[in-house]
Amino acid sequence: MPSLKELKGRINSVKSTQKITKAKQMVAAAKLRRAQAAAEAGRPYATRLAAVMASLAGKVAGDSAPKLLGGTGSDQRHLLVVVNTDKGLCGGLNSNLVKAAKLKAKELIAAGKTVEFYLVGKKGRAPLKREFPTLIGAGFDTSTVKTPGFAEAEAIANELIAMFDAGKFDVAHLVYPTFKSALAQDPTINQLIPVPAPTDAVPLDSVVEYEPSEEEILEELLPRYVRTQLFGALLEREASEQGASMTAMDNATRNAGELISKLTIIYNRQRQAAITTELIEIIAGAEAL
Amino acid sequence: MPLHFELVTPAKLVRSEDVHMVVVPGTEGEFGVLEGHAPFMSTIRDGALQVFATANSAPVVIQVRGGFAEVNETGLTVLAEHVEG
Repeated sequence: MPSLKELKGRINSVKSTQKITKAKQMVAAAKLRRAQAAAEAGRPYATRLAAVMASLAGKVAGDSAPKLLGGTGSDQRHLLVVVNTDKGLCGGLNSNLVKAAKLKAKELIAAGKTVEFYLVGKKGRAPLKREFPTLIGAGFDTSTVKTPGFAEAEAIANELIAMFDAGKFDVAHLVYPTFKSALAQDPTINQLIPVPAPTDAVPLDSVVEYEPSEEEILEELLPRYVRTQLFGALLEREASEQGASMTAMDNATRNAGELISKLTIIYNRQRQAAITTELIEIIAGAEAL
Repeated sequence: MPLHFELVTPAKLVRSEDVHMVVVPGTEGEFGVLEGHAPFMSTIRDGALQVFATANSAPVVIQVRGGFAEVNETGLTVLAEHVEG
């Protein structure tokens, strides 16, 4: 049985932990609103770009298609671009992402492909390295900037495209969390390179003039599309991180509250027991006289 | 009838308004877009976008980098990666 003093100490330490989790929860809630607004604001660009891509890709498909669209002709070497957060305290978000990435990697390895990882964010590195010590390739550190923006997405995309042009991989997949709500963030796997041919190719009325030619526009558009995809992933990651963090910290605060009330009951009971013992001692002493 | 003009960057919708004319720095030369322009698509080079709110007003100059312009029946949409001013 812990002494009264020990119990008091424990109650105080849980109380200060609760203060921290409470503060983190409120910070996450405030940041979530901003991250959600940013994700929302990024959508018009992505949808417009996708629409233009779809109409162009439908026209230029075939042998003349650029490498980024048509692929290298083989699908032997796969690159998994895993977007993790930089900070913890966000519940199961990162472990879910890592789980999805592992599953995909195992599936590809089982199919006889070679797999390499490209890691964005800090938190995925350790668990993936434990599982696949030899497959971890380069990575991109986003922890140096406060909120990763388009500049970071551009840097990542340029590096990936350079790797693709150098023939380091054939297919790249992007693993990132999609923000559904503060309670649910689903890991999503999308093919990034080669850019998947749009299935709903809308037959555009052919009166549109192109300057320069359609092929050249498409050639310029594809890297842009990859960049936008990465930027979208970074925005989703930001919103997911804050959402998951908010939920996790809310749970932690509640658990701390429960623990405090439990400890307080034990503390009170023990204090009462000590008082009762003292009283009995006094009464017994008085009776003995 | 004014021309509907939208300028979009990955981060946000910068402008969405009705204007008289927009001069776009296309890769193969500048072109002005008025209401009723034929459907058209062009990449743009780094340069200044000039927005004329009315026929006689001085243009509002916006620096854009990396992007392309699309004209369709709903108006002009410029997608740019970086916008200044």
